[in-house]
Amino acid sequence: MRCVINGEMIDLPAHIRTVAQLLQHFRIHEKIAIVEINANIIMKEKYEHAAIADGDRIEIVHFVGGG
Amino acid sequence: MDRYSRQQLFAPIGERGQQHIREKHVLVIGAGALGAANAESLVRAGIGKITIIDRDYVEWSNLQRQQLYTEEDATNRLPKAIAAAMHLRAINRDVVVEPIVADADARLLEHVVARERPHVIIDSTDNFDVRMIINDVSQKYDVPWIYGACVGSYGLSYVIVPNETPCLRCLLEEVPLGNATCDTAGIISPVVHMVVAHQTAEALKICVHAQVNRKLVSFDIWHGQYRMIDVHKLKKDDCPSCSERRTYPALQYENETKFAVLCGRETVQIRPAHRGEQEWTTLLSFLTKRGIQVEQNDYLFSFTIHRHRFVVFSDGRVLIHGTNDVQEAKRLYYQYLG
Repeated sequence: MRCVINGEMIDLPAHIRTVAQLLQHFRIHEKIAIVEINANIIMKEKYEHAAIADGDRIEIVHFVGGG
Repeated sequence: MDRYSRQQLFAPIGERGQQHIREKHVLVIGAGALGAANAESLVRAGIGKITIIDRDYVEWSNLQRQQLYTEEDATNRLPKAIAAAMHLRAINRDVVVEPIVADADARLLEHVVARERPHVIIDSTDNFDVRMIINDVSQKYDVPWIYGACVGSYGLSYVIVPNETPCLRCLLEEVPLGNATCDTAGIISPVVHMVVAHQTAEALKICVHAQVNRKLVSFDIWHGQYRMIDVHKLKKDDCPSCSERRTYPALQYENETKFAVLCGRETVQIRPAHRGEQEWTTLLSFLTKRGIQVEQNDYLFSFTIHRHRFVVFSDGRVLIHGTNDVQEAKRLYYQYLG
């Protein structure tokens, strides 16, 4: 599956079908991430079931603490 | 009068906006890379008053990106708030600059915000414990605050306006353990400036009563990424910080000695529950009597035991350099200063 993630076209392994799996793939902790798919923000409680599809434009923002 | 001419020519500010900026008070929490740059920009812009809080002192490793400080500040180990105030006053003598050398804990922040009622709070801290305190104080006293953070070449910023936008706790279900990445990823100055550019721009908008950017902005300056996300749907009806059933969990201050590993510093900070100036003096003479060589200035004293350097501030806080291990730091602390 090919998705545009943070502006870049990325080929994802076949087993990745949900937002939760996507975050796990990028090693981003679910609770500190904000995910938008095709300009729709995904509520955190839906990460487990929110499906991603070929061609989706996905934005992932994770919080950091430095400064 | 020429001083602000270019800023006044910018139509959304104008002469009237300049007057508004002149009447505003900004509270900057943290005087590291973000704090120094935010403070400098706002002081140059002609803000009325700036209060800057920082617990730390200037070190050589700060000079790469913390733009207000000089080699002399590092040599003298000046507290950052003091060094920042000195340089800020030299940049613009019309601005009232109030430095506070202290840890920005719940008690202090509530005290400062309740007393000063700043118009905006700028987050220039390096950890989420403090940010959650800022978040609660902002809601309690109805003061907007501007989150900003960066690590490596990545940064992000977001404006929290009480009763309007989701707060930080709405966006974050738990406090991220950011320290892990800070140690390994380092930081480059251009991403600091990008975060600061967003924070200062939003602060100026708040000063002139313009509409702030409601979106969460994030970017990677090295990899050329930039995005804005509309997060208004994430506002939670049961948020303990900003909903009607709020309890301000970060302000439930527990009165105990706290140990914290400082991001990327090989340093542990100890914040004793009770220790004032008087005990500081007693401690100093006690160490001297034990034959320990102590270096001192008006704000702190320091000494070295084997590979550990101890720095004791007059408000009682202690930094132990040369360890990331809280247990080891506890042992050393109670061994020499407990």
